[in-house]
Amino acid sequence: MRAEYAMKGRWFMNGDNAIAEGALAAGCRFFAGYPITPATEIAEHMAERMPQVGGIFIQMEDEISSMAAILGAAWGGLRSMTATSGPGFSLMMENYGLGYVTETPTVVVNVMRGGPSTGLPTLVGQADVMQARWGTHGDIQAIALSPQSPQEAFDLTLRAFDLSERFRTPVVLLADESIGHMTELVTIPSPEDIELVARRAPTVPPDKWMPYRADEDLVPSMPSAGEGYGIVITGLTHDERGYPVITSEAHEAMLQRLNDKIVKYRDEIIDNEEFMLADADIVVVANGISSRPATRAVKLARARGVRAGMLRMRTLWPFPEEAIAALAGRVKAFVVPEINMGQMALEVQRAAAGRAPVKHIGCSGRIHLPEEVLAAIEEVAK
Amino acid sequence: MTPDPDVDAAAEAACAAGAEQAEMVHEVDGPTTYPRWDWLRPGRMPHIWCSGCGLGSVTSYFIEAVKRANIPRERIAVVSGIGCTGRIAGYLNVDSFHTTHGRAIPFATGLSLARPKMRVVVFSGDGDLFAIGGNHLIHAARRNLDLVVVCVNNFNYGMTGGQLGPTTPLHARSSTSPYGNYEHPFNLSHMAYAAGATYVARWTTFHANQLISTMAEALNRYGFSFIEVLAPCPTGYGRPNKIGTGLEEMRFYKDHSVIMHNIEPSEAVIDIHSRIVLGKFVDIQKTTYYRTMLEGVSRAKRVV
Repeated sequence: MRAEYAMKGRWFMNGDNAIAEGALAAGCRFFAGYPITPATEIAEHMAERMPQVGGIFIQMEDEISSMAAILGAAWGGLRSMTATSGPGFSLMMENYGLGYVTETPTVVVNVMRGGPSTGLPTLVGQADVMQARWGTHGDIQAIALSPQSPQEAFDLTLRAFDLSERFRTPVVLLADESIGHMTELVTIPSPEDIELVARRAPTVPPDKWMPYRADEDLVPSMPSAGEGYGIVITGLTHDERGYPVITSEAHEAMLQRLNDKIVKYRDEIIDNEEFMLADADIVVVANGISSRPATRAVKLARARGVRAGMLRMRTLWPFPEEAIAALAGRVKAFVVPEINMGQMALEVQRAAAGRAPVKHIGCSGRIHLPEEVLAAIEEVAK
Repeated sequence: MTPDPDVDAAAEAACAAGAEQAEMVHEVDGPTTYPRWDWLRPGRMPHIWCSGCGLGSVTSYFIEAVKRANIPRERIAVVSGIGCTGRIAGYLNVDSFHTTHGRAIPFATGLSLARPKMRVVVFSGDGDLFAIGGNHLIHAARRNLDLVVVCVNNFNYGMTGGQLGPTTPLHARSSTSPYGNYEHPFNLSHMAYAAGATYVARWTTFHANQLISTMAEALNRYGFSFIEVLAPCPTGYGRPNKIGTGLEEMRFYKDHSVIMHNIEPSEAVIDIHSRIVLGKFVDIQKTTYYRTMLEGVSRAKRVV
């Protein structure tokens, strides 16, 4: 399956626009959103571009309705997306949960700024990492990706759509203000060079189809409204037929499959980059904009004779516990620079399970200086 | 605790009887005397509504209206929020979406724009559509989206056990207004009209024929249609306010309703003690969101 979007070539483009183009290249044809700094450029770009490719743009009355609308459009057969920042992400959380439990493929972009509350609308933050994992009530397994550049913003948005269709679940793209507003070279491939993951169509006639009867890989097929399947979805705990069943057994069975369909196939999802990691004693674990000063810090450390390396997390969730656990057995320490008070560092600590110390270096509303990361590397290397 | 063989035996017997009874209830699936059985989703009956509730009637009227409007089943989608009325979607054998509290309209917005050839109907209660979801209702009306919104108004939050809502009359009793309601209620039809609805009507569950005709008419028109249906809630609203059974409330509707078509919606009052104004208040033409959007899109330079 391929999508026509006609913007191939090399562009000098900011991250927000690259996210919008990535979505169009992924065949996204429905965007609902609400203005919010620093994600507004995505909506503006979509407002202009969607009509050019035959898609629909709508500015909703808030982020709650934006999230609801993209779920409705997904069941109408379109690939859909919304984009927001912290306060809007908070408002989306309930319907994000509806998307999870009704197994609705869609993409939610959060261009992170400083929080909590209104916080720092125009300054960078990375403090919604745990919200992407645990923000909605109840047990979920999240998929969240983190781009490091406008190019990766394009690439990972494309991937987010593929993952949402492959696993029939909402996928979060956790960008940050710096990536969203940074302008760099972005290469957009030709449509014929992008093979998309198609929505899994039912293989049985409507009278035999059940909305939550999963295939062997635990993912059910999904028709669109209007195709005669008599779709029935609910946010209540339900059985294979989609009927509400308010029992602990039904709840456990539903949650277990939703959990397993992601956890059992996490190797398909996790796609992290190793940088100078092979012989590293000190491992920096970083994502998004923080991985850029961290890259510099690793090089500076190497120049000073410290064997530093980096695990750059393009996938934040599912968390790469096996990779961290394996490293913990052989490295001296982890350094985790994040623009928050310590979120991903807790996960690294958990996966390291005491076999290697974890040093978190936080900051707020700004990007780390390479020297700060370097100082932390040198401190734990002693 | 000391074992007591007599109590244990009695408890076990009661438990077995209860289980048997529960099983019997679940076997009720197919009294084929109901003429529209094929429009109900297999295995979903019996429904959860209390005896005397108006929602079963509304569901029947809607099925009748769809048939009268002559819209094929696969072209109908029903979206609901949360609450007693929210359960209607799941009982109907059409594409049905039981969403979150207050968010049926924005979900339906996405669905309707993605599937413009479908008739998307939102079924929800007064609390769902006008309290938690009020913002979405006014904006969907303002946009004149192609949606039919049926709001079943029972003057309280029924599902949670009879709390006050945005339609609860002043001084009425509810479980959260034990000394009488301090709040003035919304006039839903007036509000929908003020927000931009291009078709507004109000009936009660007693007015079966009028309601069926209105729903059928709304199903065959474009733009934002709002239909308010007053329905008895003997458990949540009727009991604390001494209105009596569902049947008695229906009788009240019959005796106290006046039909005034085309009346200015602000004058279409509901005085729960004396007079209820019913009728088709608004039926006007205004460019719909979808049509305006298509016009706008035609000015974009298509690249594919």
